[in-house]
Amino acid sequence: MHSKTPRQPSATELEPVAGNGLLDRRLLLKYGLGFGASGALATLLPAAAAPPARAPWMNEPGDAFSNYGRPSDHEDGVIRWISDNADVAGNGVSWTPLHSLEGTIVPNGLHFERHHNGIPAIDPAAHRLLVHGLVDRELVFDLDRLLRYPMQSRICFIECGGNSNAAWNRTPPQAAVGYFNGLVSNAEWTGIPLRVLLDEAGIKGEAAWLIAEGADAFAMQNSIPLQPALAEGLLALYQNGERLRPENGYPMRLVIPGLEGVRNVKWVRRLMLAAEPVMARNETARYTDLLPSGKARQFAMVMNARALLTFPASGHELPGPGYYQIKGLAWSGRGRISRVEVSADDGASWADAALDEPVLAKAFTRFRLPWRWDGQRVRLKARATDDSGYRQPQRTELIVERGHHAFYHFNGILTFEINPDGTIRHVYDAADDDGAGDGADIDAGWF
Amino acid sequence: MTRLMMMALVTALTSTPAGSEEPAPALGEPAPAELVQRWDLSVFADGRGLPAGSGDAASGKKIYERHCIACHAAGGAGASGDRLGRAEMGLTDEYPQKTIANFWPYATTLFDFIRRSKPFNNPGSLSNDEVYALTAYLLSLDGVIPEDTVMGRETLLEVIMPNADGFIDVWQGDTMNSEPR
Repeated sequence: MHSKTPRQPSATELEPVAGNGLLDRRLLLKYGLGFGASGALATLLPAAAAPPARAPWMNEPGDAFSNYGRPSDHEDGVIRWISDNADVAGNGVSWTPLHSLEGTIVPNGLHFERHHNGIPAIDPAAHRLLVHGLVDRELVFDLDRLLRYPMQSRICFIECGGNSNAAWNRTPPQAAVGYFNGLVSNAEWTGIPLRVLLDEAGIKGEAAWLIAEGADAFAMQNSIPLQPALAEGLLALYQNGERLRPENGYPMRLVIPGLEGVRNVKWVRRLMLAAEPVMARNETARYTDLLPSGKARQFAMVMNARALLTFPASGHELPGPGYYQIKGLAWSGRGRISRVEVSADDGASWADAALDEPVLAKAFTRFRLPWRWDGQRVRLKARATDDSGYRQPQRTELIVERGHHAFYHFNGILTFEINPDGTIRHVYDAADDDGAGDGADIDAGWF
Repeated sequence: MTRLMMMALVTALTSTPAGSEEPAPALGEPAPAELVQRWDLSVFADGRGLPAGSGDAASGKKIYERHCIACHAAGGAGASGDRLGRAEMGLTDEYPQKTIANFWPYATTLFDFIRRSKPFNNPGSLSNDEVYALTAYLLSLDGVIPEDTVMGRETLLEVIMPNADGFIDVWQGDTMNSEPR
């Protein structure tokens, strides 16, 4: 009997397509992920430590069933990272560990959180949704009735307006990549198109904004332009197939694809149609971007395109030179990701990454690129372009335009430096160092 | 029953919203005016939603020291909670401090926010008079209003915040991120 030798790329095919070992994305399609791995496999099977004929867990019955499954105990490091207010535990954020996840759907227990005053313990039977303001008929709904409405599912990302806020700092944050960029998650949301409920109430002609309020202790309030709310907004009741998690708005929340997280009001209990925004605290004092001029950008609610390396990136360490798959996520609040490019030579040359299908509008798109690391110091970057033609800016461009104190809406290109010992640092471009300031941390907290 | 009658009945029992392919049941109940009135906490910049009531900075200071000082410190200097007033750095300084007086564009927002969200450990517990008093106190910290102003619906509407013109509407305007790069 012969075993068929796995096909390997030819020497020509393994020629880099961009600097420092970036390979052709089509190798992934042609040869799968296994090429170049045989050398590494040999070291996994040293003769002295040969695995037993039967692994120990094959010699006794396994665990019984469970009513609700949970991750392996071996994965207990894959957790949200909590940054909360020392005086008010329910005020703050928790970050999705994007550096530990694959694919595009974030498990419900790891979806990022941003609460302003805790997670309310809502009794779904007592919860009501009020629709009022510039409507023909002011209406109130309970959950049982809402569950009878026709629903739609939508896979989309939700990103906090303050995601990656530390990247405005003068010193590059060194947390694992998800722990400073993971206030973004992607899920399949199922619910009732907002248009159906608002049409039932009868939208008056002068209505232009939807003011939403949550049933949390903060009574979180925000204004949403009516146009995107009607075009794509959902009153979401389900998250990845199950009812919303309490921390994600149980029993109902808004999902307005592409708009910053704070507009996707959780625990929503009131929808008021109005001609103008209410000028809530979270659309004036917060979620506005202070510019060097002293003016602030307001209602910058469309989350612009970005690509984020999830591997290799801070939070990882490379065991040695050889083949790796560079991976990351890209998303845009304007539409579909049309292109992700990766550079391994600090932006001197770029290679197109492969995009996993399906590439959905306003949703996570997974990108991948094969890479052969020669063990030298290299700088990795990824940048996204979306189908509106928007190209992700360099960090320098953002800093020049908005200074260091915008706090919100950072979507610049990040750079990760791989050191010869395999450790990885988040670094800024030389051009980013404007020489001023003392490297102090961001000037505003979450609270 | 004729087909026409069936169709008429179906139309009567459902609403078919414009733009949706699928008929939806119209199950919303008319909201009693009293419910809307009790639930509606939104205060607009033109004063819509401001209730009756009044309070001044002196009484507001006492309420502040009872309910707010633990997180926001004496005089609104800020601790675990935001700095609220008396900024030592302006908006264009190297390390800007954003406060109510130097940043918030509308005084109505202050009333809306205190009433709906504060104090954190017992939100919704303040009377309208207390909310007006706190609003007066916080605005008086930086002299946005004279200390003896009795704050109420009319006086609050007269307040012009120093940074009222400090915002660029990126949604409806055409600055920066609304253009493809």
